[in-house]
Amino acid sequence: MVKPSTLYEKIWDAHVVERRPDGTCLIYIDRHLVHEVTSPQAFEGLRLAGRKVRRPDLTLAVPDHNLPTTPRRDAQGNRIPIADPQSAQQLAALEKNAPEFGVRLFGDADPQQGIVHVVGPEQGFTLPGTTLVCGDSHTSSHGALGALAFGIGTSEVEHVLATQTLLLKPSKTMEVRIDGELGFGVTPKDVALAICQQIGTAGGTGYVMEYRGSVFRDMSIEGRLTVANMSIEAGARSGLFAPDDKTFAYLKGRPMAPKDEAWDAAVAWWKTLKSDEGAVFDKVVVIDAADIVPNVTWGTSPEDVVPVTGVVPDPDSFADASKRAAAQKSLDYMGLKPGQRMQDVPVEHIFIGSCTNSRIEDLRAAASLLKGRHIASGIKQAMVVPGSGLVKLQAEAEGLDSIFREAGFEWREPGCSACLGMNPDKVPAGERCASTSNRNFMGRQGPGSRTHLVSPIMAAAAAVTGRLTDVRELLNDKEGAVA
Amino acid sequence: MEKLTEVEGRAYPFGMKNVDTDIVIPAHWLKTISREGLGRGAFEVLRKEPGNVFDDPEYAGSPILIAGDNFGCGSSREHAAWALADLGVKVVMAPSFSDIFSGNAFKNGILTVVLPQEAIDRLMEVAKTDPIHVNLEEQTVTTRFQDRFRFEIDPFRKHCLLGGLDEIGLTLDNRSEIDRFEGRLAVEKPWLVPTVA
Repeated sequence: MVKPSTLYEKIWDAHVVERRPDGTCLIYIDRHLVHEVTSPQAFEGLRLAGRKVRRPDLTLAVPDHNLPTTPRRDAQGNRIPIADPQSAQQLAALEKNAPEFGVRLFGDADPQQGIVHVVGPEQGFTLPGTTLVCGDSHTSSHGALGALAFGIGTSEVEHVLATQTLLLKPSKTMEVRIDGELGFGVTPKDVALAICQQIGTAGGTGYVMEYRGSVFRDMSIEGRLTVANMSIEAGARSGLFAPDDKTFAYLKGRPMAPKDEAWDAAVAWWKTLKSDEGAVFDKVVVIDAADIVPNVTWGTSPEDVVPVTGVVPDPDSFADASKRAAAQKSLDYMGLKPGQRMQDVPVEHIFIGSCTNSRIEDLRAAASLLKGRHIASGIKQAMVVPGSGLVKLQAEAEGLDSIFREAGFEWREPGCSACLGMNPDKVPAGERCASTSNRNFMGRQGPGSRTHLVSPIMAAAAAVTGRLTDVRELLNDKEGAVA
Repeated sequence: MEKLTEVEGRAYPFGMKNVDTDIVIPAHWLKTISREGLGRGAFEVLRKEPGNVFDDPEYAGSPILIAGDNFGCGSSREHAAWALADLGVKVVMAPSFSDIFSGNAFKNGILTVVLPQEAIDRLMEVAKTDPIHVNLEEQTVTTRFQDRFRFEIDPFRKHCLLGGLDEIGLTLDNRSEIDRFEGRLAVEKPWLVPTVA
């Protein structure tokens, strides 16, 4: 009998070009997303070595990190120059490199432009069973569709451009199983934060995760994208969902997805892509869905998670001395005191966006809570940055932009924005942001910025009250507002 | 890539755990289109703190950095490795590294040495007064106090670091294998080529 395999092993085996005696494999890469920040040095490397892009047809370039989220074209359709000369230079480099090497580019004002991890699935560029890479750690997102997807550095970007392969050692496998039903007001973001808290930011190092169990089966594709996106925050370079009927329904008819007979052939293979009965994972993590509540981070690591109804932990409560020191440093940075109620923490900024939570379902959820409400007086800036131009257009067609604007939010152009503040969207030093992004690292949203990671509805709730808030209280007084 | 065989010198007794690559180099330094000059941005936020090891003249120009668990977590930015290289760091030692960072470091000729926490603690002590010796061929870290710690390293990485080899060049030597694989793919999974809308 053939040994039962995990989904990861099946995808890996289908991509081995050459296996070396020490276990290292030359792995074929089916899909490569390129953005302006981590590619200039790679293209320059090719140029210096006189190399070309081996498979430009499997490569897609999209600028996202540096773009301002203010309008990019004036009334005459002319580009409004990017104020920061370095950002402008990175965009210009991508606009030069992509055509020079024959790579398709979605330009800064194309409706298809957006965050690479929103664009890939949306265009049907991301497909189940493929290997997909990008010079960005949140490439794990694409695992939501059953792609073995992971972030790489710029040297590897150059390696993939030149050879369409990577030299890799197989990872260990981790099953993350959550069965049961999510409670009222609990979203995929809360699930992702719960996983980070349980596993820790290094817990997944060396592993590829597979998300299994009824919670993940019942989750929408966009919810799965949120969870897979944050695999890297638990240390795992990649996180997989077995493709199912929801995956196929999501992809069918997308611009770059296979069509007609090709579609049928693809689906036939995709249906075989699941871990076999009896397949063994190197590690198993089980969480009960009933234990997951609306979560919020208190510190400067994505594992620093507490229920929104909880309090700031006391550093002395950590057994490990180095954790105590880290927690104290985090609290000093965050300006919080042990025992302080999370719900008493005021916020001045709201950021709804990033590759974690900027898709249409995220915007619908936040908008449904904001409808008929307004941001609190203490909020200095509340911003919605849709994940792509197409998400933005869809939201506008549904009237969500009006709801956000009437609630006091700014409705912006798509991009990475205040998730990492490479463009002008930053949180000022010492100020606090309820953010739907993925990293609460020191200085992540701008020097001295203080980030609390939350779900889109929690961000909306914080906007309304001006402090971190248990969204369930607002949902209760507007029963049925959020599906 | 420069060859790396042995490194002898002082080490930054840094020791911090869970150092993410945003700490190694903040995002605003990522706007460069070059690999050069990023040392100036290395640990920028921490360098604002008085008494930090990076501005202590005692450790200036040290080729070795000693850190805590999970060094290089978070963003995949290779700029973190470029910044360390520009700072003159050739070896980073820690109880564990993020997968992406250790790959990036290696591709820039930086050796990541994984040692147990006790060994790291001991080397942190030594680093405050004395140099540390790293021998890649023998896979050892030694001090003048007779400390001797052996470390493991992937044989392929060791081979590339010792020889200063260009990985892309090595892979392109296998071009015929890639051609064969692609040929088979075109027959078995023709739908893999994206539709051009």
